[in-house]
Amino acid sequence: MIMSNPDRKLQKMVIDGVEIDYTPGETIYQIADRSGKHIPTLCNDPRLEPFGGCRLCVVEVDGSSNPVASCTTKATPGMVVRTNTDCLEEYRRVLLELLVSENREIDVDTLRGYASQEFAELVDRYDARSGRFVGVRSGRSRTDDDNPFILRDYDLCISCYRCVRVCAEREGDYAISVMNRGFRTQITTEFEGLLADSACTFCGQCIQTCPTGALADRKAISAAELQGAVEKTRTVCPYCGVGCSVDILTKGDTIVGVHPAMDGPANLGALCVKGQFAFDFVQHQDRLSAPLVRGEDGELHETDWDTALDRAAAGFSDVVANHGRHSVYAVASGRAPNEAAYILQKFMRAGWGTNHIDNCSRA
Amino acid sequence: MSNPLADMEKPDVIFCIGTNMTECHPVAATRLKRALARGAKMIVADPRQIGLSDLADIYLPIRVGSDVALLLAMAHVIERDNLTDPDFMAARTVGGEQFLQHVRQFPPEWAERITGVPAKDIEAAALLYGNAERGAIYYTLGVTEHICGVENVQSICNLALMTGNVGREGTGINPMRGQNNVQGAGDSGALPNNYPGFQPVTDPQFQNKFRQLWGTTVDIEKGMTKVTALGRAGDQIRAMLIDGENTLITDADRHHCEQALKSLDHLVVIDIFLTDTAQLADVVFPATAWGETDGACTNTERRVQRLRAAVPPSGEAKPDWWIVCELAKRLGFDGFDFDSPNQIFNELCDVSATYHGLDWDRIEHGAYQWPVPEKGHPGTPRLHEKEFPNGRGVFKIIEYRDPAETVSAEFPLWLTTGRRLQSYHSRTQTGRSRGIDFLLPEEVLEVHPEDLERWGLRDGGWCRVTSPRGSVEIKVKATRRSPRGTVFASFSFSNVPVNVLTGSGYDPITETAEVKVSVVRIEPCDSSSITV
Repeated sequence: MIMSNPDRKLQKMVIDGVEIDYTPGETIYQIADRSGKHIPTLCNDPRLEPFGGCRLCVVEVDGSSNPVASCTTKATPGMVVRTNTDCLEEYRRVLLELLVSENREIDVDTLRGYASQEFAELVDRYDARSGRFVGVRSGRSRTDDDNPFILRDYDLCISCYRCVRVCAEREGDYAISVMNRGFRTQITTEFEGLLADSACTFCGQCIQTCPTGALADRKAISAAELQGAVEKTRTVCPYCGVGCSVDILTKGDTIVGVHPAMDGPANLGALCVKGQFAFDFVQHQDRLSAPLVRGEDGELHETDWDTALDRAAAGFSDVVANHGRHSVYAVASGRAPNEAAYILQKFMRAGWGTNHIDNCSRA
Repeated sequence: MSNPLADMEKPDVIFCIGTNMTECHPVAATRLKRALARGAKMIVADPRQIGLSDLADIYLPIRVGSDVALLLAMAHVIERDNLTDPDFMAARTVGGEQFLQHVRQFPPEWAERITGVPAKDIEAAALLYGNAERGAIYYTLGVTEHICGVENVQSICNLALMTGNVGREGTGINPMRGQNNVQGAGDSGALPNNYPGFQPVTDPQFQNKFRQLWGTTVDIEKGMTKVTALGRAGDQIRAMLIDGENTLITDADRHHCEQALKSLDHLVVIDIFLTDTAQLADVVFPATAWGETDGACTNTERRVQRLRAAVPPSGEAKPDWWIVCELAKRLGFDGFDFDSPNQIFNELCDVSATYHGLDWDRIEHGAYQWPVPEKGHPGTPRLHEKEFPNGRGVFKIIEYRDPAETVSAEFPLWLTTGRRLQSYHSRTQTGRSRGIDFLLPEEVLEVHPEDLERWGLRDGGWCRVTSPRGSVEIKVKATRRSPRGTVFASFSFSNVPVNVLTGSGYDPITETAEVKVSVVRIEPCDSSSITV
């Protein structure tokens, strides 16, 4: 059913005057990209099937009268390609000027999403803020969708369909689709409803692939006014055992959001609703911030570390003195790091001399 | 998992049993969906019509606790139609002849009476898996949380062994581990029977190794499981240290569990919140949370990855390892002078056979899956490619057994429990994350619409669910996801403590509770006294 790749011989082609080896099946865009060419594109996400929608990645090919989309065109032996002629660059600039004319704003907060700056960066690279065109705006923002996670600000939509494609191709959820064409193009759910009433699982993948910020992380942008630059820290999601790699987004000492790690070995850029949005428990007001010991009144009271550690140690000592080393038991966490589990089993085995230790795996 | 997550895109036949993957391991499920999009076929066995069953080519709605009967009958068909892999069986396994003889007794018609699944569907599933070039089995707690959890797993292994679906790309026996580091906790030695790296505590060779490494005497007897320890609390067990587990909410049979923890002379809890369990403690230590802690963790495919702190701790919170080291030093124990998690991780690697080739620097990019027996070893994404740890794969002769409890006039309904996409375990984390309540505001009991009238229930009304161990009051939701005669709820909400009802029996080997099967009765009740 599923064919494995037969061994394929490398072939040669020419990009911008340089001969390059490629594997049959590779597209011009893929070959150029790994050769260090920065062909502009807006509808491309390396995780998705080539789409050929935005036309920014067009290149000239010897023997072809019109430029071709490099993302959907596979290389052929001896093909001669030019990626950055004046003609192509002018063509790309006009396309971007037209796109600029469609959108309410170009510069959006980086907290909107992982790819949210792609459009603004290309507009600047091509100096496309000329205002030469006064276009009709396409896409209507869904201000009525009050879900707490995904802002549907379609005034900024350029109809690249990345959100629709990531939902279908990567998530397999098919929660959103495209309605109408041209200036009336609208990304929507079945029956034009709210996301909560659709097949959407709120995994946030549409947000993270959107190149304009039309789809935005509502939780993250609530921190847009917070002072400071956004820093990223690579770690692993705290929920299930899949072990998705994520980047925690911080401003100063505040966690403001999460990005999926596109190169995460377990997840390849994917996340679910918990990993994407359930991060703010870390800095919740309910967090324990000091040790507690039970007082003579029967209640737990805050205390200092020395007092609490002495009390805990004395409790174990007393029990072992009276009932022996097999009267103590430890349960390690399936949520804490390996070091926690290792130290706790060493505490029981090397410290007390008992194998009375387990973890959460039987529950 | 025997195979890497990447292999989930490679099978031509997928068999999911007892795994609600789209809700419990959603990102792994996306890989199965991609395999389906590329032409793979899928069999799903689950009492409930879960998300995966909507995508299945063959859906087998087995009665709760009847997995062994299904798996025996599938083996029967595979044997009957000569779909076994005799070369693999001869070269890699033992006990195959007796096993094939054994399964001849269990045709699909026999299994239909136990599982409730039409014989022709069992037959079709067996033929699909038996004919697969690359057949992969995925399972989760729906298989293990039974009195026959071990037998369920062994039955799965039998199927994979008889068809040679082990040790190759896109095949395998793949349990999906539940918590982010439940794999790592076991790897690191937090088990009553194993030192770090699964080195048995009863083996004199390893006793000597750790006696020398730690310079102490070591216990030569296995420890008890947590289930046994809770059963003996107040008697043999007098003090407990619980790290990051909300035992009271997540364990079976809550009343029993609460009695056990209250009967201790001394309870110390390390956690990030004052959980229901922490509220019973004599001393509570505040731990640093995810995002505040440097460390290592290990995922379901045995991949060891780095956790990194992004923000300072909450107040005076400290890493779990620091807290236990400080306790150890106060008790005069040697070997706890650590300043940083990398020292501890490196010691773990030194003493562990499975992590021996790893160290803190090597896991920087999460590139290794254990076993990594020595430095320079590339890791082992796929287990059992050439041989099994004990040499050969052993067929087990398994017989079907009824669950610990079966429905009766007094308790006429099956209850099975599980998890939901939007919440995690006892909601200590997801319940404190903005927006999650929008998607999942409360717990409900899922009841088949045609069962409502039979029990006098109303969709959206309240009912009292009673098992031999206790009662809870819960809102009713009519849904065809539950089969007739079986109801479902998750245990996430502390105001609907569903684990009051569970705990009918325990697997004799792992002592895992049969939380997937309880018997209950339901009656409508007035909701006015209930606060949500």
